[in-house]
Amino acid sequence: MTIVQFLIVGTALFSLGLYGVITRKNAVLVLVSVELMLAAVNINMVTFDVYLGDTLHQGQIFSLFIIALAAAEVGIGIAIILMIYRNRQSADVDELNLMKG
Amino acid sequence: MTVSISEFFRETANWAFLVIAVPTLYAGWRTVTSNNIVRAVLYLVVSLGGTAALFFMLGAEFVGWTVVLVYIGAVIILFLIGIMITRAPLGVEADLSHDRSVKAPAALLSTVMFGVVTWALLDAFSNEAIAPFDSTSTTELGLLIFDRFVIPFEVVSFVLLAALIGGIALARMDSEAPE
Repeated sequence: MTIVQFLIVGTALFSLGLYGVITRKNAVLVLVSVELMLAAVNINMVTFDVYLGDTLHQGQIFSLFIIALAAAEVGIGIAIILMIYRNRQSADVDELNLMKG
Repeated sequence: MTVSISEFFRETANWAFLVIAVPTLYAGWRTVTSNNIVRAVLYLVVSLGGTAALFFMLGAEFVGWTVVLVYIGAVIILFLIGIMITRAPLGVEADLSHDRSVKAPAALLSTVMFGVVTWALLDAFSNEAIAPFDSTSTTELGLLIFDRFVIPFEVVSFVLLAALIGGIALARMDSEAPE
């Protein structure tokens, strides 16, 4: 096993997440795509941690922190989407154009 | 590139890797393209499960189980609740993505990014081998978190607490604020 095969899977997942963030209309699905990107970053972190044989395991500990922050981000993100839905009766990111000049 | 294709398939662990990686990527693709909103979220479960399996292959067992518990157990439920509360079209094919004028540049951008990063990775790390299933001790990881990384750990705990309280406060707020 080489590390490059894991890194390529991580890159592919990140690119898919990027595609999803740009193309999705529904705000919940944009958050789903962001989760995909965060999972890809975790693969990168853990792969390099194992490859470098770090005695402090900083890659794995960082990926645990990323998982915790992703959970916080989803919680607050869903709450914000809920507020937007209550005010505008829609979770479509295209209709959130109040700040457009 | 010195690692040839035939050499890749001679190793048994690489077959296990392919069995995990191909469904992971397919599920990721369906997550961002599916026109059924609940299916898109359920494909994310498959994709994150594949990620956890890759962590097990790398020997990061604690991170793998954390992904299973936190992502698949909690985050997916939050997504499903978010979908149902915002009355998204459930169980039907709906128009969930932008049309071709957005899709084409997005596909170009992500393909170019994938190509450039893959080329750089192959150039730099093409034959750096690691041992499969060489597991990291969870005891060691726990001791490190509560010794060397205790302050970042507390900061993350506080961020999580603040985010959850903020989420509850936002979700409970009535649309007409009292005068």
